[in-house]
Amino acid sequence: MAGTAVLGRLTWLVAEVAETVTETPHVRTLVLDVPGWAGHRAGQHVDVRLTAEDGYQAERSYSVASAPEDPPALTVERLEDGEVSPYLVDDVVPGDRFELRGPIGGYFVWDADAREDPLLLVAGGSGVVPLMAMLRHRQRTGSNVPARLVYSARTLDDVIYRNELDTLAARGDALEVVYTFTREPPPGWTGYARRVDMDLLREAAVPPQENPRVFVCGPTSFVEAVADNLVVLGHRPGRVRTERFGGS
Amino acid sequence: MLSAGPTPRTPLSQWDFTLTGVDGATAKWTWDELQALPRQTVTKDIHCVTKWSKLDTVWEGVSVDMLIAEAAKRGVATAPFIVAHSDGGYTTNMPLEDVTVGKAWIAFGYDGKPLDPEHGGPARLLVPHLYFWKSAKWVRGLTLRDDDEPGFWESNGYHLYGDPWREQRYWGD
Amino acid sequence: MTRLDGNSIAGVLEGIFGRDLTVALGVCGGCGAERQVGALHVYRAAGIVVRCPDCHMVLMRVVETPQRTWIDLQGMASLQIAAG
Repeated sequence: MAGTAVLGRLTWLVAEVAETVTETPHVRTLVLDVPGWAGHRAGQHVDVRLTAEDGYQAERSYSVASAPEDPPALTVERLEDGEVSPYLVDDVVPGDRFELRGPIGGYFVWDADAREDPLLLVAGGSGVVPLMAMLRHRQRTGSNVPARLVYSARTLDDVIYRNELDTLAARGDALEVVYTFTREPPPGWTGYARRVDMDLLREAAVPPQENPRVFVCGPTSFVEAVADNLVVLGHRPGRVRTERFGGS
Repeated sequence: MLSAGPTPRTPLSQWDFTLTGVDGATAKWTWDELQALPRQTVTKDIHCVTKWSKLDTVWEGVSVDMLIAEAAKRGVATAPFIVAHSDGGYTTNMPLEDVTVGKAWIAFGYDGKPLDPEHGGPARLLVPHLYFWKSAKWVRGLTLRDDDEPGFWESNGYHLYGDPWREQRYWGD
Repeated sequence: MTRLDGNSIAGVLEGIFGRDLTVALGVCGGCGAERQVGALHVYRAAGIVVRCPDCHMVLMRVVETPQRTWIDLQGMASLQIAAG
């Protein structure tokens, strides 16, 4: 809606697109230059506001994909009937500007601090974005806390950050990435090819006895099913943090 | 698609609709009884407060006029205002004259099919000439009142009346 | 499904309270469940509705208009916000 009253400290900044990276046929990363950017924590998001010539405004939230050590970058998935995502994925070019406020959110964040708790990340589709910020932060800080990403994607072509994830996992620093494909696995695939269910979590997730910090992100139905299953498996609800993604 | 809460799932065998008068007299219809009443098919434009409108939507339902008339025969007196109550606790208010004389329905069909739960089924209030937050989803009854008691959104910044033609979205508009 | 969580309104709440509220601990006035705001269920209708994941009680309603923002916290028994 046009011009909502801003009562607090959070102000709108102007972001300029510095670089675009095509991640998959539906997904693009925008690396941004944001004067006044205060830095972020892994897992936080920003609110993006686009204003049309007629004054109509649309606002959406996007997770920051980059590590806190790097400039802010957003990874956006183009949604079928989306109002904002088609513009950000298909139309935006370096030099374009839009309004942005943030970083926002302290609930769904992971800091690579002195604590050695293992990390369990469960991603549904584009829910991998804030979790990738966490893994990038882990790598940039040289952390070697045991970490596991369980990543559910439709097909191999839908896996965002594929090469980077494979590279990170190959470093031998206690990161494992487990993929599962829900629509069609790649030829010759011997891994998981179904929705993330209880059995898959029992086998592939960090067990509750290791007391991991857990972050689950994706569409609401995915997140709720996974979180419920993790609690049934024995993870304490307080250790499981969730972020539900919506559409558009 | 917007909702203020989880989708209620009342089985039709347990569903009923109640008109309640100022003195507490009630008239109640089960699902079957509602379905047995004469129904109308109407084509209307609907106006959402978030600035979009959907034109020529087709609804099927029982007119509120009919229910008020039936209720009068059972001793439920009219009063100037109503509050609509829904499964899940949602309420919305309006003058009685805004749901009578052919202006409102208890709608259970949309676009030729039974109204699905995500869109307010099995039945919702339909008051197309007011902003669509007044067309309470999952409606279970109307209570007649002498005063215009603000409902769920009207008590939290939204306009008491909500006329789209005068852009009455919020208090003070 | 139309449901999101407190993370999705973190910016709105920070705009009102001047600080991140998603880590604040809220107690549901209906069932007493205690949760961080980031974990609460959020629906968007004519305005924003925040509900308890356990009993679905409405904990907050937020309506943003050009002139003012309305916030109703009747259903929230208490909100604990850490200093700093």
